Amino acid sequence: MSRFRVAVHIAPRRGLLDPQGKAVTDALRTLGFASVQDVHVGRHLVVEMDAADPAAAERTTRDMCNKLLANPVIEDFEIASVSTL
Amino acid sequence: MKFGIVTFPGSNCDYDTYHAVVDALGEEATYLWHKEHDLRGSDVVILPGGFSYGDYLRAGAIARFSPIMREVAAHAERGAPVLAICNGFQIACEAGMLPGALLRNASLRFVCEAVRLRVENADTQFTNRYDRGQLVTVPIAHGDGRYTADDETLARIEGEGRVVFRYVGGPGDADEWWSPNGSMNAIAGIVNAAGNVLGMMPHPERAVDDLLGSSDGMGIFESILSRVAA
Repeated sequence: MSRFRVAVHIAPRRGLLDPQGKAVTDALRTLGFASVQDVHVGRHLVVEMDAADPAAAERTTRDMCNKLLANPVIEDFEIASVSTL
Repeated sequence: MKFGIVTFPGSNCDYDTYHAVVDALGEEATYLWHKEHDLRGSDVVILPGGFSYGDYLRAGAIARFSPIMREVAAHAERGAPVLAICNGFQIACEAGMLPGALLRNASLRFVCEAVRLRVENADTQFTNRYDRGQLVTVPIAHGDGRYTADDETLARIEGEGRVVFRYVGGPGDADEWWSPNGSMNAIAGIVNAAGNVLGMMPHPERAVDDLLGSSDGMGIFESILSRVAA
């Protein structure tokens, strides 16, 4: 068993209205960042856990996402990184 | 008839709901702490409004794992009535008892006001005291009430008449769909396939006395009573 830190990105499902993302997009443009096309506001979670290897840590985290961390009706998630502690 | 009102940490409409059931309807009610494993003989379960677990992660996401929810799910599977109001609606969706999800209001603002609803289905055990098409006034108070579902789910619940309440009465035509929160199809309340679980964002328990602006919410409690008593 080793200890791992798994980072997860959760974002609103593409195609769904994302008013927070739109508000931030508008604010950035107001600031002069005219090149901004789109922003999506989601969550970043960092899970520290024990697992046999990085693949097992990632597998378990995916399971956590499907059952609790993300809501598949409205959100997509991706495992951003798995690092050894 | 006995109503069980679930109290989660952060529920804040449980007392109002108790008042509606006991003082306005004249029936028995009991509070059910979320850590309990027993509905204590409740004929009807109400998941009240509030901010269970501080809306951490997503509104309703943590509350669905409270011990009492196992009993609530079993109660619903037996076909017994569950009324899920506001945060209760969010919890019921997270628990998979109702389809779809409630997202942040399109305006990004918390909306607290009396709204007009149209009764789209008066043939459920929660709405049999209303007439189809009847307009009722009931308050809303939420920041995450934008009903969202995939196209297939939306088509199914519309086709099966499971959209029970719709917001109406924006600027202009009082009878047009109009959503204070950006809900798909201006959906304010839906039932499950079996028709025994109603989820709605508006607060009928806050509309049980003309002195407080409206008693239109009483129809829901009276409907439950007449159906279950029959």
